[in-house]
Amino acid sequence: MTQTRTAPQDDPAKVAEFEARIAAGQSIEPKDWMPERYRRQLIRMMSQHAHSEIVGMLPEGNWITRAPSLRRKISLIAKVQDEAGHGLYIYCGTETLGVDRAELIQQLLDGTAKYSSIFNYPTLSWADIGVIGWFVDGAAIVNQTVLAKASYGPYARAMIRICKEENFHKRQGYEIVATLANGTSAQKAMVQDAVNRWWWPSLMMFGPSDANSPNTAELIKWKVKRRTNDELRQRFVNLTVPQAAAVNLTLPDPDLAYDTESENWSFGRIDWDEFNQVLRGNGPCNRERLAARRKAHDDGAWVREAASAYAAKQRAKQASEAA
Amino acid sequence: MADPLDPAQSVAEQAATIPGDGQWPVWEVFTQSEEGAPHEHAGSVHATDAEHALQNARDVYARRGEVISLWVVPSAAITASTRGDAGPFFDPGADKAYRHPQFYKVPRGVRGL
Repeated sequence: MTQTRTAPQDDPAKVAEFEARIAAGQSIEPKDWMPERYRRQLIRMMSQHAHSEIVGMLPEGNWITRAPSLRRKISLIAKVQDEAGHGLYIYCGTETLGVDRAELIQQLLDGTAKYSSIFNYPTLSWADIGVIGWFVDGAAIVNQTVLAKASYGPYARAMIRICKEENFHKRQGYEIVATLANGTSAQKAMVQDAVNRWWWPSLMMFGPSDANSPNTAELIKWKVKRRTNDELRQRFVNLTVPQAAAVNLTLPDPDLAYDTESENWSFGRIDWDEFNQVLRGNGPCNRERLAARRKAHDDGAWVREAASAYAAKQRAKQASEAA
Repeated sequence: MADPLDPAQSVAEQAATIPGDGQWPVWEVFTQSEEGAPHEHAGSVHATDAEHALQNARDVYARRGEVISLWVVPSAAITASTRGDAGPFFDPGADKAYRHPQFYKVPRGVRGL
């Protein structure tokens, strides 16, 4: 298994030394030797993660103009701006592996790069913004808290920075949810509907179950991942069930039951066909998201050109003053 | 290849070093969290020049009042030691126990040393 997954040019002695460093809990830094396969796995994971932050701005950005109060609006603007920042932290970390950000962004715009399946679902009501903060950011925090101990230093450090900032995202979401859940019957119905629509896609965010996750064993061996998809999904369910009960909302799973022996909330079967369809580009919003991202990129071209022209002019000015 | 840091180049040459696709030069960002604390590496940004790099670094790494000072340095200007050479490179400091206070014996009962 290890043989087929290690690129042929890797020197076995170096691989052994590298794996000994990982086993000893050392952090791998950009200039350190690493197996080609480790580099490629990290570029894949980190760039998908960065793209998810960027695409994640779109469903929420749609609601900035319609936020119900100034308090909600400033929070949402700050959250969406954070997501842009998080995308940039991770792109910058990915670049330390020898790829250019422009190349990664081009892959996103071409539709050849993946990003989190969750962002291909529509935000139909204001309650969706609350539920996204609670579920989607909550799930991201569960995932990222563990990635903050990843063996690759720049990735781990970006995760620490992101986790610090995302706690606000989750709490602002839960505040919206709790407010609606305590509101009129129409508001309560709206938030319950949002919970019903986002629950299963949120569980899918953790990726395929361990039995169908070809990358997991290798990523765990190299301590890029420290927990499997199923372990993280379970942690998220355990955290979320009491939070839903606290605001009298029902999670849409008749099989949800507490197992006293394992101390876990067991849950029903995830619809992996839906997950695979969304990953393949057939989710409700895949085309819309990419179209919006491309438009934003094209509409921003003049800003990039102006910045370049301004810098060139400043340099010319300095050069003529120096002459 | 044109040097983006050399002010003596012609405008055309300089403009050519700044592509419009977002691949501006990379700047490493260092942040100071409070008076008296050292500047620490935070990450990097792409920017056309130093001033632009400072502004981008502020927007990316200082959104919550947790930074009181920023440095930006062209990535290309940083020279770093490599892990592969760390053994021999740092060796001169590895065998000098007499540079540590624990090397020296002090009579029992003497305080403040």
